[in-house]
Amino acid sequence: MRKRKISPIEQIVVHAVLFIWLLISVIPFIWMVSTSFKGPGEIFVFPPKWIPRAPTFQNYIDLFQEVNFGRPFLNSVIVSLSTTFLSVLIATMAGYGFAKFNFKNKNVLFLVILGTIMVPGQITMIPVFLLLTQFNLLNTYWGLILPAIANAFNIFFMRQFISGIPDELIEAAKMDGAHEGWIFFRVILPLAKPAMAAITIFTFTGSWNNFLWPLIIATDESMYTLPVAISVLGGQYTENIAMQMAGSVIVILPLIIVFLFTQKYFIKGITFTGLKG
Amino acid sequence: MKTPLRAIITFIGPPIILLFIFMLIPIFVSLFISFTDFDVYAMYDWSNVSFIGFENYINLMKDPLFWRALLNTLYALVVAMPLTVIFSLSFAALINREGTYLKNFFKVSFYLPSITNTVAIAIVWAWMLNPDYGLINWFLSLFGIRGPNWLGDPAWAMPSVIMLVVWKAVGYNIILFTAGLQNIPDYLYEAAELDGATRFQQFLYVTIPSLRPTIFFVTVMTVIGYLQLFEEPYMLTAGGPLNSTLSIVLYLYRQGFRFFKLGYASSIAFVLFLMIFALTFIQMRARRNEV
Repeated sequence: MRKRKISPIEQIVVHAVLFIWLLISVIPFIWMVSTSFKGPGEIFVFPPKWIPRAPTFQNYIDLFQEVNFGRPFLNSVIVSLSTTFLSVLIATMAGYGFAKFNFKNKNVLFLVILGTIMVPGQITMIPVFLLLTQFNLLNTYWGLILPAIANAFNIFFMRQFISGIPDELIEAAKMDGAHEGWIFFRVILPLAKPAMAAITIFTFTGSWNNFLWPLIIATDESMYTLPVAISVLGGQYTENIAMQMAGSVIVILPLIIVFLFTQKYFIKGITFTGLKG
Repeated sequence: MKTPLRAIITFIGPPIILLFIFMLIPIFVSLFISFTDFDVYAMYDWSNVSFIGFENYINLMKDPLFWRALLNTLYALVVAMPLTVIFSLSFAALINREGTYLKNFFKVSFYLPSITNTVAIAIVWAWMLNPDYGLINWFLSLFGIRGPNWLGDPAWAMPSVIMLVVWKAVGYNIILFTAGLQNIPDYLYEAAELDGATRFQQFLYVTIPSLRPTIFFVTVMTVIGYLQLFEEPYMLTAGGPLNSTLSIVLYLYRQGFRFFKLGYASSIAFVLFLMIFALTFIQMRARRNEV
């Protein structure tokens, strides 16, 4: 290791700069939470107040009773969890196939899949919208879930990881007469857990945050997901800032909780994408 | 040993079928639709669709709103992209340097904006940007500056959008850059130090060249992402005021899913696709020539 003397002035300047960006990063969240607990008289005041004088839960209660925020919350939970479960399952199976199976044109097929990572969602949006219209899947859970299940990035991620599992383990199982299904459940799945955890988190947050697709597919109020519901809230209750902030807290809080508990996987997963790039 | 066909179909079949239905075939269908006059009447009866050749593309080239959207998007790209790269690279270098305390704490806190839902946090930003009661103009007033009417002023609306975009993007790229920085071997710095290089020279002649692959990856990904700018202007300004924040995807969404001019919208989607493809290609060529 190199060791050098670091001047105290440099230390102070560096930490001050980092601290300023820290404030910029977190103040919107603090401000959001603070405003969401404010009563009607405390919002439009200048200078702004950081801590509400009489904190109230009324905004949250109104959100669920008046605007019926429970339904989009439930929809978001259903759609995100189903999408994530199916996507991770399919990606792990295909990742195993592309890593360890032996068949003609395997690499060509894999390259075709990889190529779809490059395709922007806007280009497929219109044909898929028409397809779902034809099958009466607008304003249904399947319409929201189906197009998002097959995720080329997840397949790629799982293939790279499973490629690292030694062939000997699989060969040994085959010697004992095991078929691919048994090997998948008994050998691959237990070893692939860390990679599965990483794509689970990515797919869940991606699905939870998805906006443009539900905006197009879920046009009926009963099928709104949280991001759509909150975008409508922003437009309709323009004067009720506190309620908007409470809605934002409801959308963002689950993400932050998931992130704080799983940051190790997040950072590993992001790093992995960068190094491959 | 060949894998049995049944296993291949079970394991690889489902994603292949789904990707063909939802990704690959739609690309060609989209190209086809862009050559038709598919509109709201065709939504009810597909026999109303007729083939019109390049008419959508010709109209697009004559559409001042499309050009406005294109220029706005490029404006956002040209300002936000370098800001994102410079900020995230600098903060990554500061976090990674020896002697910095609480490295992980900073990294995790800086990542919070990136994980956050754009729609929800955009509502918070709109509130912070409120000209009379917003936090930002209050902060400026501490220095005796009268802040502008951020989202209501055509000159300030796009800078507001860019602020949110950059704020959200930096944390993610910091993680990429710190990983890249950690891969630079120590001996390179030791050799530079022996040659009498100052720390700034080391940053210029050791760090930046060693980080080229990461810088390349970050640039390509941010360019692709910013060309698809949608949620931030949709939430903050709905494209206004006076179309000053109308982006390509926002225009596509309007034409396609507000007016149901799906043929016209498809031609916008294709132009966007070609732009993304061309820019990525140019960047890849530039990188290859460099090596």
